Amino acid sequence: MTDVDALAAEPLFGLPLADLWFGLLFFILGTFLFLDGFDFGAGALFATREDAEEREQLLAAIGPFWDGNEVWLVVFGGAMFAAFPSVYANLFSRHYLLMFAILGALIVRGLSPEMYEQRHDETWQTWWGRAFVVGSLTAPFFLGMFTANWLLGATTIVTLPGIIVGLALVALTVVDGAAFLRLKTRGDLRDDLRTDGYRALAAYLVLVVATIGSVYVAAPDLRAGLFSAPVVALVVATLTLAGVYAMATREDRYYLAFGAAAGLVFALVGIVAGLMYPAIDRAGGLTVESAIVSTLPLNLMSIGAAILLPLVFGYFAVLYSTFSGPIEAGESY
Amino acid sequence: MIDPVLASRLQFALTTIVHIIFPVMSMGLAPFLVYFTWKDIRTGEPIYEQLRRFWTKIFAVSFVVGTVTGIVLEFEFGTNFAAFSTTAGELFGGPLALEGMMAFMLEATFLGVFVFGRERVGDALYMVSAVAVGLGTWLSAVWILIANSWMQTPRGYELVTENDQVIVTLVDPIAAYANPRFPWMFVHMQNAAVESVALFMAGLGAYFVFRHHVWGYPVENVDFWETTLKFGLIALIVTAPLQVIHGDLYARHVFETQPQKFAAMEAVWVTDTYVPEYIVAFPTSLTDLLDPRAKSVFGIGIPGGASWLASGGDPQATIQGLEEFEGPQPPVAIVFWAFRIMVALGFWFILLAVWGGYRWWRGELLEDDLLHRALMLSAPLGIVAVELGWIVTEVGRQPWVIQDVMRTSDGVSPGLTGAEATLTLAGFAVVYLGLLTLYAYVVARIVRAGPPDVDGSAARDAPETPASEVSVDD
Repeated sequence: MTDVDALAAEPLFGLPLADLWFGLLFFILGTFLFLDGFDFGAGALFATREDAEEREQLLAAIGPFWDGNEVWLVVFGGAMFAAFPSVYANLFSRHYLLMFAILGALIVRGLSPEMYEQRHDETWQTWWGRAFVVGSLTAPFFLGMFTANWLLGATTIVTLPGIIVGLALVALTVVDGAAFLRLKTRGDLRDDLRTDGYRALAAYLVLVVATIGSVYVAAPDLRAGLFSAPVVALVVATLTLAGVYAMATREDRYYLAFGAAAGLVFALVGIVAGLMYPAIDRAGGLTVESAIVSTLPLNLMSIGAAILLPLVFGYFAVLYSTFSGPIEAGESY
Repeated sequence: MIDPVLASRLQFALTTIVHIIFPVMSMGLAPFLVYFTWKDIRTGEPIYEQLRRFWTKIFAVSFVVGTVTGIVLEFEFGTNFAAFSTTAGELFGGPLALEGMMAFMLEATFLGVFVFGRERVGDALYMVSAVAVGLGTWLSAVWILIANSWMQTPRGYELVTENDQVIVTLVDPIAAYANPRFPWMFVHMQNAAVESVALFMAGLGAYFVFRHHVWGYPVENVDFWETTLKFGLIALIVTAPLQVIHGDLYARHVFETQPQKFAAMEAVWVTDTYVPEYIVAFPTSLTDLLDPRAKSVFGIGIPGGASWLASGGDPQATIQGLEEFEGPQPPVAIVFWAFRIMVALGFWFILLAVWGGYRWWRGELLEDDLLHRALMLSAPLGIVAVELGWIVTEVGRQPWVIQDVMRTSDGVSPGLTGAEATLTLAGFAVVYLGLLTLYAYVVARIVRAGPPDVDGSAARDAPETPASEVSVDD
């Protein structure tokens, strides 16, 4: 038996690789929403600052990070394509126009900070500043709609739970962004961001309740899932983390607040994954087991991910430690 | 409304044609940036810091626009080519996932350190970040070209039926991923990227040198532009001949593995021996322009040249005509002319390299105004040649999306409506042309602002001095 035959025969070490990839997929989605989430949040909070110097600080805070953060979306797409190609095909072609709305929002958001810094005249910066805000608000909103539609198996673009989850994700990115920016700023700006964080957190909690209510109404087959142990535990975790965030923000424990924001993002993604499993594409009638690729490519991908993902976290550790702490005066995007 | 198949194909073509410019710039700049960074750290000479910082700005803008246009391409497989993705995903998705995890992550994270971190990290880590960014851009090409080359010369797979769908399953990963086309594509593409940037550098340098030395306008930093011209020229002298040499071998490989594409490149409809290679081809009428046929194109040809090229030395070799292949044919005119113009450009670049090299050797590099004009006009032509090369590769394999396995028309998303596809096509036409204009505008501003003022030791001796790499206005 050659090595290839062995790899084609059964999953590595007898691991439940299909379920692991389902989990990994949502972990990657969560990582993207957490990391690029604070970039989105910084974009939304950009709208609340009038002062040119403060605006520069917000841009400088995310400057070295955002493109690395956004790569998690590319990895999410790639991982879904590699592990669940039929889901990738069904889901994205079904949400055709929504996908293009997401891509359009990401183009505007990715481009605008770079363009903002290219010229220092008022009209130019006003318009690219607006583009930055619009892109930063619409990207998480459309991503939230997409996630809700994916969970519900919706075949139309606009659904009520979709809109609520979209708004919830916008609020959550502002919570995340405020926590991140408090790590990176000083003085009045840092104090103002405390209030922004509280308000966004309150909005988020209201929207989580609305999300649960709307899913209960819109998807009778998910009702049992809403009261399953993992989902209830994650809802409780959300409330706890919200408490931790508020407490840590009040006491200026910046890293704890940032950690709580991360926890909130992963809890939301966990709720979606928990409600969805064992299906992975309800509208397409696909389960994790039926959509997973065959054993040989699955094993190869698993070996690849097991080697590469720790390396990737290593790169991020280098990047984030290089640019840790509040930005220095004069540092620009 | 345009038919969804045609609209999807046009949309993919449009987004790819615009996107490829930016990876070409970053892949081509990567070796230069690694070298400039190395020299900057080792010698501390101001010119290398200027070169590093100036070209890093261009790299950073190319990377941003490349990222936002590239994410679209990845998702288009799912949105517009869902049937292809379902069929081939088991084999095709892996390389894309690995590209993200292995290459794009490396490039994007270390780019943060490379662009923003000169004052925050030591020399060693700074050098590591330059190499990591460069390695990331090149590894990206490895995985993308593995995926693409498999579509050209598919190997290592079996077709099985699952839930009434024919699925490509992976049986031999080495045969599939180290498929015959991959090395040709990789070498030809990477050399083309460096050659394109070399032409861009030489053309840009020539413009300012010409203004200064020929027109007599005072140009600040003329040393910088002279050095830029020289670096561009050196890289051109190395890459231009190589491009034609492996291009020739690559064409022979195409003849062996994709005879239909080769016949389209040469516009051979009827199987024949002793087929000439038209170096310069003119249509004898408008019909021949739009529907070229080897027999009816008037041109300056090498008798038996195409046969010689295809077979590796036998002018009597038989070339299969397009008529022998069943089903639809590739659009021959596009492939034929794109191939011809690409080859002509390849030879033009060699001429430029020889001409420039000779003048430099004679010590007349700064005086030959005709050479300067030629270099200026040729600055964007490397990228034009890359575009034409990809058109030959991708249009030439039509009607197949996977050669001899799946037709492009069968790969399009089944539920896609003409209205949806037309709407996004129109949207992307506007957005991508806008992006292209914006990119050209920003690069032009960076060029006009010129290299940053440095005193050679500022960056090392005064770590408090902030120095933005991206903003042009500092």
